[in-house]
Amino acid sequence: MSFYSPVRTNAAEAASSDKLHLFKYVEDPEQHTVKRYEEHGGYAAWKKVLAGMKPEEVIETVKNSGLRGRGGAGFPTGVKWSFVPKASPKPRYLCCNADESEPGTCKDRVLMERDPHAVIEGMAIGAYAIGCHLMFIYIRGEFGHCIERMEQARKEAYEAGHLGKNIYGSGYDLDMIVHTGGGAYICGEETALLNSLEGEKGLSRIRPPFPAVEGLYACPTIVNNVESLASVPHIINRGADWYRKLGTEKSTGTKVFSLSGHVKQPGNYEVELGFPLKKLIYDEQYGGGILGDKKLKGVIPGGASTPFLKPDMIDVGLDYESLVEQSSMLGSGAIIVFHEDTCIVWVILKLIHFFRHESCGKCTPCREGTGWLEQIIRRIEAGEGRKGDLETIEDLCGNILGRTICPLGDAAVMPIQSALRLWREEWEYHIENKKCMVKSHFPFK
Amino acid sequence: MILSEESVRLMREKAQQYPRRKSAILPALTIAYRQVGYLDGAIYREISRTIGVPYVEIAEAATFYTMFPKQPVGKYLIQVCHNISCALMGADSLIEYLEQKLGIRKGETTPDKMFTLISVECLGSCATAPMMQINHDFYENLTPEEVDRILDELRARA
Repeated sequence: MSFYSPVRTNAAEAASSDKLHLFKYVEDPEQHTVKRYEEHGGYAAWKKVLAGMKPEEVIETVKNSGLRGRGGAGFPTGVKWSFVPKASPKPRYLCCNADESEPGTCKDRVLMERDPHAVIEGMAIGAYAIGCHLMFIYIRGEFGHCIERMEQARKEAYEAGHLGKNIYGSGYDLDMIVHTGGGAYICGEETALLNSLEGEKGLSRIRPPFPAVEGLYACPTIVNNVESLASVPHIINRGADWYRKLGTEKSTGTKVFSLSGHVKQPGNYEVELGFPLKKLIYDEQYGGGILGDKKLKGVIPGGASTPFLKPDMIDVGLDYESLVEQSSMLGSGAIIVFHEDTCIVWVILKLIHFFRHESCGKCTPCREGTGWLEQIIRRIEAGEGRKGDLETIEDLCGNILGRTICPLGDAAVMPIQSALRLWREEWEYHIENKKCMVKSHFPFK
Repeated sequence: MILSEESVRLMREKAQQYPRRKSAILPALTIAYRQVGYLDGAIYREISRTIGVPYVEIAEAATFYTMFPKQPVGKYLIQVCHNISCALMGADSLIEYLEQKLGIRKGETTPDKMFTLISVECLGSCATAPMMQINHDFYENLTPEEVDRILDELRARA
């Protein structure tokens, strides 16, 4: 067992960079302690905020930075914070979403394990901006190491006076709770997360009301992703203008991309938004090319719920806008690569099995539809596909898309529709010939 | 009592942090699972008494969350990720290898109650695939030699 995730990072590049900031110290084995975090300038932003910034100024700064949610939706963080009603007499809550479970995504885990105080500092600043005095971090239950690290960091932050009563003599009180989940992907969706945090089943809620108005315990609540919050101290320290200059005009800043699948050097890499996808996959510094120098077949650019890219579509920048132009999405920044020996029906079967398993069961189209889709796709994969199956799949997809309370239904459908569009001949071959065009059989080293 | 004094203390400590006690259900289930290795009705009843939340609410939450086994499992619960990133790196072969090594099929427990083998959804170790979680620890970048070593070590420890 390794306490650290043994994942490869580009921390060395980040250490000498003026632009990269999230990964600067993630290879420092002591960075998780409050002492080392402070030595590296940690909690300066939190001190700066409490020493003289008004909550509105903090919100304005984050708005101006252009920071957008790193969990998948890409909604502007500062704008989200501004939705909390100023006049509400109710307590306000901030919850850091650390229920990382989108297949392909393994970035928040590294931030929590290796730089937990950066997450706490970002959460504290966000909490102050919305007038919150009790904040939560919801960590998926399987992340035992992260939970231990965050509990320890929380304890040290209290002892060092960064959390608790009358922080730095400012009169501001802030408490923190580390909450653990129970292995449900749906709880990464913010309204399901809030139900789960209340001790309920993780079912999504109808919006409106939005959580910023009526969230946890029916009080105004902001839910932000780990990476979004970890970016905030840097924005406060160095200013919105500095952050805006990173990335592209509309997709500002840097982002951690999790690169997995058939690449020589899978890992977590922090790059500026807009970074060329092709370079991330092939450059020696990052992915290093396709495993066994095989031919690339496809890429999932933003986690298991985003549409595929074919090899002729990967000359694209990794930013919110450019991927939409390629009919896909940046999502959580999880790039999954597969080569020529991969059967597309097999890939889709893995994905739909996941979504059927994780559907919370609240909305009929998603609950029933994902089950039917899995049955049909499983029989095609097993060589028992029937004429008309593809049309049935398309019909089912159309009856799920946009007809569910939360985006899980859409997420299940989008990769299937995309795979049918991009590799139709392979699906047809599978049904006609009762077998894969290429057989996916991958040994483990 | 199934729950240890330590578990009870941890649950009470956690429960008093929250504005509403019901929020402590998941953390309490986690504490119980870590001690006992699985959850069932008798355990829900004890949690209910410990944190002061009705039994039915504990059971309702527990049965929704798949991370907690609802019946006794082997001393070591091997959970292999079978999702896409791990599958591309040989998760199916890893499961077959474990089935052969342990002499059981996926979903089964060895006769000596030492190992239970199951496959699970993505565990967030996509760039260190293939991987498995055994009880609460992650084992990543697996190779056959590494799996042999881990199993030998666990047997020796038992």
